[in-house]
Amino acid sequence: MSETLRLVKRLWAFIRRKPLDDDLEDELAAHLQFAIDDNIARGMSRTEARRMALISIGGMDQARYQHREARGFMTLDIFKQDFKYTLRTLWHDPSFTIVAVLILALATGANIAVFSVVNTLLLRPLPFPNAHELVWIAPPPTKCGMSCATYSTDAYDEFRAGSRSYQDVTGYFAFSGADNLSLNLGGAPIPATSIDVIENFFQVLGVHAQMGRVFTAEDARNGSAPVVLLSNAWWKRQFNADPNIVGKSFDMNGRQTTVIGVLPASFDFGAVFAPGTKVDAITPLNLYGPPRDWGNIITLIGRMKPGITLGQAVDEAARVAPHMCWNNKRPETCGDYKGAVVPVGLKDYIGGKLRRSLIVLWSAVGAILLIACVNLSNLLLARGAARAKEFAMRGALGASRGRIVRQLLTESLVLSGMGAVFGFMLAAVLVQWLAHQGAIALPLLSTLHMDGAALGWTVLIAVFSATIFGIVPGLRMAGGNVYESLKDAGPGATASRKHERIRSVLVVSEVALACMLLVGAGLLLRSFMNVLKVDLGFEPDHAAAIKVDYDDSVPNDKDGSLRAQKRGVIFQQIINRVGALPGVEAAGMVDYLPLGQNRAWGLPFPKGVKRPKGIESGPLVYVISPGYMRAMGTSIRGRDFAWSDLPKTERVVMINRSFAKFLDGYAKWPNGDAVGQALSNGGQDLHIVGIVDDVHEESVDGDAGWQIYYPMTQAGPSGAELVVRTRMNPASLAGSVLAALREMNPKQPAAEFRPIRLLVNHAVSGRQFFMLLVVSFAGLGLLLAALGIYGVISYSVTRQTQEIGIRMALGASASHVRRRILTSTLRLALIGVAIGVGASIAGARLIAALLFGTSPWDVATYGSMALLLLIIAALSGYIPAFRASRINPTVALRTN
Amino acid sequence: MSPEKLDLLQGTLDLMVLQTLTVMGSMHGYGIARRIEQVSADEVLLNQGTIYASLVRLEQRGWISSNWGTSDNNRKAKFYSITATGKRQLVADARHWERLKDVMERVLTMDNSAEGADA
Repeated sequence: MSETLRLVKRLWAFIRRKPLDDDLEDELAAHLQFAIDDNIARGMSRTEARRMALISIGGMDQARYQHREARGFMTLDIFKQDFKYTLRTLWHDPSFTIVAVLILALATGANIAVFSVVNTLLLRPLPFPNAHELVWIAPPPTKCGMSCATYSTDAYDEFRAGSRSYQDVTGYFAFSGADNLSLNLGGAPIPATSIDVIENFFQVLGVHAQMGRVFTAEDARNGSAPVVLLSNAWWKRQFNADPNIVGKSFDMNGRQTTVIGVLPASFDFGAVFAPGTKVDAITPLNLYGPPRDWGNIITLIGRMKPGITLGQAVDEAARVAPHMCWNNKRPETCGDYKGAVVPVGLKDYIGGKLRRSLIVLWSAVGAILLIACVNLSNLLLARGAARAKEFAMRGALGASRGRIVRQLLTESLVLSGMGAVFGFMLAAVLVQWLAHQGAIALPLLSTLHMDGAALGWTVLIAVFSATIFGIVPGLRMAGGNVYESLKDAGPGATASRKHERIRSVLVVSEVALACMLLVGAGLLLRSFMNVLKVDLGFEPDHAAAIKVDYDDSVPNDKDGSLRAQKRGVIFQQIINRVGALPGVEAAGMVDYLPLGQNRAWGLPFPKGVKRPKGIESGPLVYVISPGYMRAMGTSIRGRDFAWSDLPKTERVVMINRSFAKFLDGYAKWPNGDAVGQALSNGGQDLHIVGIVDDVHEESVDGDAGWQIYYPMTQAGPSGAELVVRTRMNPASLAGSVLAALREMNPKQPAAEFRPIRLLVNHAVSGRQFFMLLVVSFAGLGLLLAALGIYGVISYSVTRQTQEIGIRMALGASASHVRRRILTSTLRLALIGVAIGVGASIAGARLIAALLFGTSPWDVATYGSMALLLLIIAALSGYIPAFRASRINPTVALRTN
Repeated sequence: MSPEKLDLLQGTLDLMVLQTLTVMGSMHGYGIARRIEQVSADEVLLNQGTIYASLVRLEQRGWISSNWGTSDNNRKAKFYSITATGKRQLVADARHWERLKDVMERVLTMDNSAEGADA
């Protein structure tokens, strides 16, 4: 108790130093006076009395010192002194200060920004309460896309009822596309994106409505009145943040839908579950309505009970899985999910794939920080050399070595502190910008923000870098003995050889680090180029797609054939009409565009061939119109679908080459040609009329899987995207296409006319993001290394002015002087590059998983990066070399 | 200065100051220092200046309080007096010293008579 009191008082004494000092002075003066009075009374002379009084006090300065030490914090006092002194010296050397702070700000800023990204994606829990309890339940990764990562409603019910590990299990409908909701406010319908979720979705995640309420079981029954929850962003954008929105109803997809609540800004469905997309509205999924028989449509998310480990949940899921049926009415489908129900932490599911990229990114900024520290070390050494005399003088006057090191470390701390402040601001700008890059397909990006952890990290980096770059010059300065330093401070001294060796070591390490960065960046850049060169199976340029609204409902349609017929008529009309627009080369429709969503409908197999066991995944299914392949730029062998392929005519399909090859492995078709052959699926015959190119449907850098195409007139599409190919810039067609669609269907929303190229860009945006970051870090590293080389060489030229003068006086030519300096520069650079290349070769494994079509030991990349570094080194060395060759021998010698 | 003077142990000065203030009432720094010198009969080595470190320490702990006043010979001086907490602390500290003194005494008067008993 009394000690806490004292601590507070000591701190207070440190801050309010002046009045306390005055008080002490008065007290000591009074003390002295009392003592003198006493001594005089004892019969001493005035002078003697004063002398004896001072002796018995034991030194006024000691008394003051002891008092202050007891009263406040001497270390803090000294730090304050050093701090003031540092500010003064830095103020008097603005060019040094600006360069040093700039270097540090760039390096620290990059580090903090990357830390924020890593923190958001890997370290921080998801933005849900007790997020560690949340699990994503899916099969191990397979070839067949979303259909294999989802479950049927029957399977969901069984899993939910059969598992004991969970507080509850929820899910959402995985197959709704962008712009699937059309909001009708009177004018042109407004497109929006909505997601159907199981009614307990928000309870499981622990998300509460900001206004109104979230869903209840009532909202998802057969015959319930339609309700919707608005995302915070959409509520603000579309409804002007109407505070009375709850309870109002709007025409959505032709049904009066009541807004029951607004979600908080902290909940962004897209950021967590569908990176790079925005979700405007959430609607309840009626598990007992039509979706009952749609097959695998639900993704599963569970919240484990407190105390249940992931391992227990995994074990239990393996026990429950065999009892789950694809469809309870078809007992043969029970057990289909065996081995395909595996919970993983939701966090791992979302950020796990990025772990490797983030580690590489983190290493890259770490290297930048080290390079910056080395640079600062060099700058401080050069500055310290100029100040050697000052320190020698202080040492001679009695400053201890520790005191001088402390002064230098204070200077480093102040520099790194200033760098950290500017770096933090820089990072804040960067992070703010990143958080608004909605097009980058990285999860949680929109939740990115600077927080306490980032601040803590900043402080850590500042202290760490101050220690790293301050310690070498500090020890170096304080280490030499006074006599040596005073002597060494003179011009033309040879004792600086040791000094220069340290600086050379620093430059070499800097070059080596920059070399590793460059090699890494080069490899990533090359991979990215390779990704862009991938044959996608379609031609992304000069084509665009728009979501088309249509109404194909027919009353009393038993088997769907009337609907299909009606659909055919509508689509034929649209395609003919749009295809006739000026500038349009081809037009066609598809329900799912490549690189977007997908699904599978089981495995069609050659008719009459025995189906082998163990192949669970079927091809991805696309339902298309005639002309789609031409519009996408995908070539067909055989024939395209025709408008004459009708519900009552022969069932036709097209398959891709990979699937054809796989099937041929069993069917052994004549000449391996699948065209004209028949497949069978669920008792139905499917005639292959065409073989098409392999299309990259899931990712640009992955392998193309199996695909099967059905005509829209025979199978039911889940929506329609109109793809238009043109020779012009696709954007120039947006107006006329939309107008044509509107004319045919006034309900057509003003959906976005998206260039197909955008889909590809979106798919590679994550890779591009990392590549760009690493490349810019490498550029920064290169710049810093160049600065470092320049600094060291020009410093050594300055020191050797006299020597060079003598050489030139003795007949050395300007070019000889230049060559000598360039050679020594290149020698340093070469050693650095050699070490850097060696380290890169050893560390390439770290980056190997991120490369595409590029060896981690790619000779061309290593060679070109080494060459680039050497050229930059030569350039940075050339400026001082040129300066040296211009030295006038007479002037140089006279300065002695 | 005679070389036989005792160096003050850490913390003993604080105790001496507290005791002095208890006995003598309110005093200024010089008075306290002189009083301790007199009582110890110049046995301890006391740089009078050290007293001020001790005083600030005690005051910050709340064991003594101070205010400026006027001395008998009409000089301005800072007077210290012990607080209630200070008195309690003194009792505790004094007891501690008594025990320490006893222990030291026993240790220093030790002979080997106990050895046999233990064996």
